[in-house]
Amino acid sequence: MHHRYDVLVVGAGGAGLMASLYAAKNKNVSVAVISKLYPTRSHTGAAQGGVGAALGNVNEDHWEWHMFDTIKGGDYLTDQDAAEIFSKDVIEAVYELEHMGLPFSRLPNGKIAQRKFGGHTREYGKSAVERACYAVDRTGHMILQTLYQQNVKAGTTFYNEFQVLDLIIEDNVCKGVVALELSSGEIHTFHAKSVILASGGYGRVFKITSNALSLTGDLMSIYYRKGLPLEDLEFYQFHPTGIAKLGILITEGARGEGGILRNDSGERFMERYAPTIKDLAPRDMVSRAIYREIREGRGVGKEKDAIMLDLTHLPKDIIESRLPDITDFARTYLGVDPVKELVPIQPTAHYAMGGVPTTIDGEALASEDGTLVRGLYAAGEVACVSLHGANRLGTNSLGDLIVFGRRAGMAAAKFAQKAEFETLPNNPEAYSKGLIDRLRSNSGTDNAAKIRKELQDTMMMNVGIFRNGKDMEAQVKIVKELQARYKNVSVADPSARYNTELVEALELGFLLDIAEAMTASALNRTESRGAHDREDFTERNDDQWLKHTMAYRDMNNPGNVLLRYKPVVLKGETLNFVPKPRVY
Amino acid sequence: MKVNVKVQRYNPEKDKKPSWQSFAVECEPGDRVLDLLNHIKWYMDSTLTYRRSCAHGVCGSDAMLINGRNRLACKILVKDLARDGGTITVEPIRGLKVERDLLVDMEPFFDAYRAVMPFFINDDPVPAGERLQSVEDRAIFDEGTKCILCACCTTSCPIFWVNGRYLGPASIVQAHRFIFDSRDKGSDQRLKVLNQNTGVWRCRTAYNCTEACPRDIPITELIEEVKRAVLYQKA
Repeated sequence: MHHRYDVLVVGAGGAGLMASLYAAKNKNVSVAVISKLYPTRSHTGAAQGGVGAALGNVNEDHWEWHMFDTIKGGDYLTDQDAAEIFSKDVIEAVYELEHMGLPFSRLPNGKIAQRKFGGHTREYGKSAVERACYAVDRTGHMILQTLYQQNVKAGTTFYNEFQVLDLIIEDNVCKGVVALELSSGEIHTFHAKSVILASGGYGRVFKITSNALSLTGDLMSIYYRKGLPLEDLEFYQFHPTGIAKLGILITEGARGEGGILRNDSGERFMERYAPTIKDLAPRDMVSRAIYREIREGRGVGKEKDAIMLDLTHLPKDIIESRLPDITDFARTYLGVDPVKELVPIQPTAHYAMGGVPTTIDGEALASEDGTLVRGLYAAGEVACVSLHGANRLGTNSLGDLIVFGRRAGMAAAKFAQKAEFETLPNNPEAYSKGLIDRLRSNSGTDNAAKIRKELQDTMMMNVGIFRNGKDMEAQVKIVKELQARYKNVSVADPSARYNTELVEALELGFLLDIAEAMTASALNRTESRGAHDREDFTERNDDQWLKHTMAYRDMNNPGNVLLRYKPVVLKGETLNFVPKPRVY
Repeated sequence: MKVNVKVQRYNPEKDKKPSWQSFAVECEPGDRVLDLLNHIKWYMDSTLTYRRSCAHGVCGSDAMLINGRNRLACKILVKDLARDGGTITVEPIRGLKVERDLLVDMEPFFDAYRAVMPFFINDDPVPAGERLQSVEDRAIFDEGTKCILCACCTTSCPIFWVNGRYLGPASIVQAHRFIFDSRDKGSDQRLKVLNQNTGVWRCRTAYNCTEACPRDIPITELIEEVKRAVLYQKA
């Protein structure tokens, strides 16, 4: 089946829904959204702690401080033009969400409540500041619901439960999208003047992750398969506090409210690693500190592989009123009551700083020289602007969605208003049908679930929090072997309707290709910066590595990854911050 | 431990009517029912079909009837359902058309959601900063904001089973969230919808919805508050 829209949004989380709202404000263009889930099930809904904006509702705060914290938090790999736009615009964007009805928690004076979060400081690092605007501990849920509600109000057209299989891109011009309708098994072509990618991340490449089962990097992988670059994939954030073994997120807001991390002897070990802001250091530093404690034998639990989050000194009503959801998670999944007991936690794979490279208006880049893929935009976790650099500060993902989702929506609509529909290739569905036919007709006997599990286990071990050249070289080979075995995966279920076995097999293919680009990018970067921590190159090396990685699939030599570079933007519109050692 | 997972199966492409299939699954007491279903799908019978996504009770995808009660498969643990050698039964939620196995047609549910105007209405000029709201006013509608639209409540309601045109508890909760928001000005329109014969008066306070809610929302209470608003406020 064929469809035509001026603007087509892929993904219905925070970035996609913000983009569709803003694209639809331009009355001259038609807009539709494709999502592989129902929109309200997007992973933005799992975000808990808050959205950072220098409103200054509790204590003095300024966008300049937010900009600095974002750049320092990103270990100076953050593009400073993006950081300046972001820290200014996010203030207005938070007010806008409130005007859309978002139920923020409130201060006694009726203003939006704000709390502390990792790496948020006053006066360029002097002490912690309350910058996270929050709605209890379900801020992401409220943003997702509010944006979906506004789209219902605006009458947005949704194609729910459509799995995207291909982007139609020829000569750096994007002409549309090919997708599988899950309810019928039918292939659809969406002809569009502009396409906005807002499909989220790929946490499911790791064994322990806070990410939903649906987060398999589909659109990043499709982009990469076209011979187009992915930026900074080596920077993958581990959130310090996932529920032990399960990886379910416990918000940084828990530490923002005063929670303390303790090792087996009850020591508040963060005092040794970040003496000024302690447990509220940025995520990369806290995650590493936790792993060091575990490695040095100070972990807790049967296998001594966890650390304790202590909330017991906080008043019961604070825990229950400001952190009810995570209290429920601890009780449900661990049988632990955070009011009285310590909660065992482990770092959990959480957020991709890298992705489809874009300009500050969300335009997708085809190359490090600034060439665009005309008509293609990206925002949110699938994209790399690069706001988060080498490590994202807590609350900046929700801010990223609303600020850059909005910019991408406006830019895509403006482009579509002037553009003509490009001519589609003769058989736009050929590649997608081929993917499916191969999985359906394959006589191979390898099991997709087993391959996926091996991928997740080995990526966790070899490209996780601590990395070294030897392990990552081994991982390059493992990924190649798994890709070869993937060719022997067959789909046993012959049904057309809701063939979820087929979908999971397709998703595994995407995960494997993301793992290929990610591992090559990480092996290549011979330094330690932000979330990329190497045991064989322990220092940050600005002389050689203050630059973004651009990873391309070698289309002439499959399995080989080509790596090129793009300079970091070290100047904002009005401000700039010179790289310095990162101490807290 | 080992449990027997008894699943209702139905594939309209080949089955005339639903049937039962049992799987003996090795598991830990702390495993989620979703872990059991995933194990069956990945290693025993790849055709088993259900929705799932976040796997920790916030996205609402995997609502199903588990041991006779509506729950999220990712939020109920084996140890709370069965001992070693015991049986766990899993069926699709009731009152919506079964598309395949545990997966149902959600469109009528979302149609009811959209019918109550589940969005903020206030056309006054916006202030430079936020609209102020007191802590107390914010608390009045807090419970409804927890809703993840999983449909556990609506599909456990006997009135909804008998009459699928009843808007159902989930959409009334959504309406409540806005009716009682001090900033919203669209209550009159919503209360009119809820005063129709598909609206709140269908509720017979059976409390099934409240018992089914995986987010502990006191749904029946909220429905009662909406009834009072219809009676005494405006409509």
